[in-house]
Amino acid sequence: MKPKVAFFDFTSCEGCQLDALNLDVGEVLGLLGAVEIVNFREVKTDRSDDYDIAFIEGSITKESEIPRIEAIRKQAKVLVALGACACTGGVNCLKNAYKPDELLKGVYGECASYYNTILARPVSAVVPVDAYIRGCPPTTSEFLKVVKAALLGKRPDIPNYPVCTECRIAGNVCVFQRGGTCIGPVTRAGCDALCVSSGRFCWGCRGLVDDPNTNSAKDVLARYGLTLDQILERFKIYNSYSEVSQCQK
Amino acid sequence: MPEIKIKVNQLTRVEGHGNIHLEASDGKLEKVLWEVTESPRFFEWMLKGRNYDDVSTISSRICGICSIAHTTASLQATEAAFGIKLTEQAWLLRKLLYDAELLESHVLHVLFLIAPDFLGADSVIPLVATHGDVIVMAVRMKKLAYNLAEILAGRKTHPITPIVGGWSKLPDADALRDVRERLVKCLDDAETMVAVVKSLAPMIPNFNRPTEYIALKDSKEYAFITGKIASSDGGTFPLEDYQKITNEFCVPQSSAKYTRHARASYQVGALARFNLSSEQLLPHAKKAAASLGMKAPIHNPFFISVAQAVETVHCVEDAINIIDRLLARGLHDEEVKVKPRAGRGVGIVEAPRGMLIHDYTYNDAGEIVSANCIIPTGQNHASIQHDFDALAPAILDKPVDEIRHTLEMLVRAYDPCISCSVH
Repeated sequence: MKPKVAFFDFTSCEGCQLDALNLDVGEVLGLLGAVEIVNFREVKTDRSDDYDIAFIEGSITKESEIPRIEAIRKQAKVLVALGACACTGGVNCLKNAYKPDELLKGVYGECASYYNTILARPVSAVVPVDAYIRGCPPTTSEFLKVVKAALLGKRPDIPNYPVCTECRIAGNVCVFQRGGTCIGPVTRAGCDALCVSSGRFCWGCRGLVDDPNTNSAKDVLARYGLTLDQILERFKIYNSYSEVSQCQK
Repeated sequence: MPEIKIKVNQLTRVEGHGNIHLEASDGKLEKVLWEVTESPRFFEWMLKGRNYDDVSTISSRICGICSIAHTTASLQATEAAFGIKLTEQAWLLRKLLYDAELLESHVLHVLFLIAPDFLGADSVIPLVATHGDVIVMAVRMKKLAYNLAEILAGRKTHPITPIVGGWSKLPDADALRDVRERLVKCLDDAETMVAVVKSLAPMIPNFNRPTEYIALKDSKEYAFITGKIASSDGGTFPLEDYQKITNEFCVPQSSAKYTRHARASYQVGALARFNLSSEQLLPHAKKAAASLGMKAPIHNPFFISVAQAVETVHCVEDAINIIDRLLARGLHDEEVKVKPRAGRGVGIVEAPRGMLIHDYTYNDAGEIVSANCIIPTGQNHASIQHDFDALAPAILDKPVDEIRHTLEMLVRAYDPCISCSVH
């Protein structure tokens, strides 16, 4: 029997789900031949509570999302966090710099009491996660790689070295040498340094490598006359939930 | 007549979380609500204190479907605040990227999300077996839009290269030539898409509710990222005066704000654009509209998707024209110089589903002091609710499943981007 796959969205822009399915016709047919998609609200009306693999998009930012993710965790044999919001909390965690009351009053004014919000957090802060597909958005090829690994019951081979490695392979001039700042030295690779190759810099959307060499990264900053604070503001865009503190060590 | 209770939790085949709630007894409607339950996201607060160079990167994350629209509105707001005018080349590239946005989003909506409603399917997946040719074509069109965006912006979802004042990297001329050939073939695909829509059109519910239609309007072209705000009830308004149009307010059943202008609600999106600017469509698109029997003004919201099919043809045509202009003039590296200054800037574009507004106030250092974003679906929520109020009583004698399905189809017709509307 084909494994049953479900997609669920929490607080997010829903771009990861759509990008995950930005496949060629052959890939679509291959995927549909290998799995049965039983739950995919954005694409499909029928739903089922019987599934094996759950892809979770988005972070947890509302009280009611907690029992929902707990119920999904209970059902799923494999739970995969899809995209930066699910993996690190992503941009949603930028709001954590403000108190919930201040946010609700600021945006909704007198109607603030209609709505609620809690500290935004990644999925792993609420339930255990089995696999991560990182990035904002993740690449389609990595999505397929993780799906294949999940189907085979194996751990996906996701890079655990910094973006700098891929950036060298791409033949880019170092962002620091161009007079900019970049979070590539501590960010997990797997994107082929797409942002730097597009003439920009790394914002760290894939989160930290497992054992970031923060001392070396600080040396790089010192060499170019930059301080940690100058770069942390940018690092916080995707990593303000938990990983900023690790960088400050 | 029996009691009717309909509760659709998390409507499917739309972006984001919304519910439909209807109660009636003795043939009398007691309640019909379009409820938006999406989590509030607070992007306007996230943007505070951010340097201009990171602003469009963050604000594009409001939406995964129309992130190019958010990027464009955001860049135009910042450029307005700093008094920056783009070069012709930078402007043409921005318009070309915008065509990719419209093309991808409209194909997704019309052929993947709406078509199953008309063909009695729960999703596009069973249609692979029954309507394989059309689905293969739809995948091909979507892939082309993605590739065009990749050539220009690094990727389709959350573009990388468009920056304040220009581009961080120019596209490769050969890649543009290749994609032009595919666009020419895509013109045939877009016309086939129109024919598919035409074959489904007899099934479109007969429902008319004239309302106010609001969109950007430009004297020179069918407006997507240029022009002034225009209303079908009369008048044009400068971009900076958008709040006179939007007049946001809250309702308890929606975590997205509502808007209203001359009437209790107004509509934005493809049909609003068509109603206001159809005479400016490019030739193939005009022909497509004629073949569909479309003549402005059209007051049936179910025709939003039909207008999207017409716009799809327009965008493919427009993209070919722009590439021809770019290749004829040659691509040249241009230095992007940005001098931040304190001030306010408003950027307004036509996202695939309607008028999208970013309004920023900057300090001298180029950091955001305050931000306001108004999303097309936010402007359409009230229109959806007022359509419900008019449509539901007229169909109460139908079987419950049909009532539910018609209301679901109505919401889908608007192509809502709900998580975007709760930004």
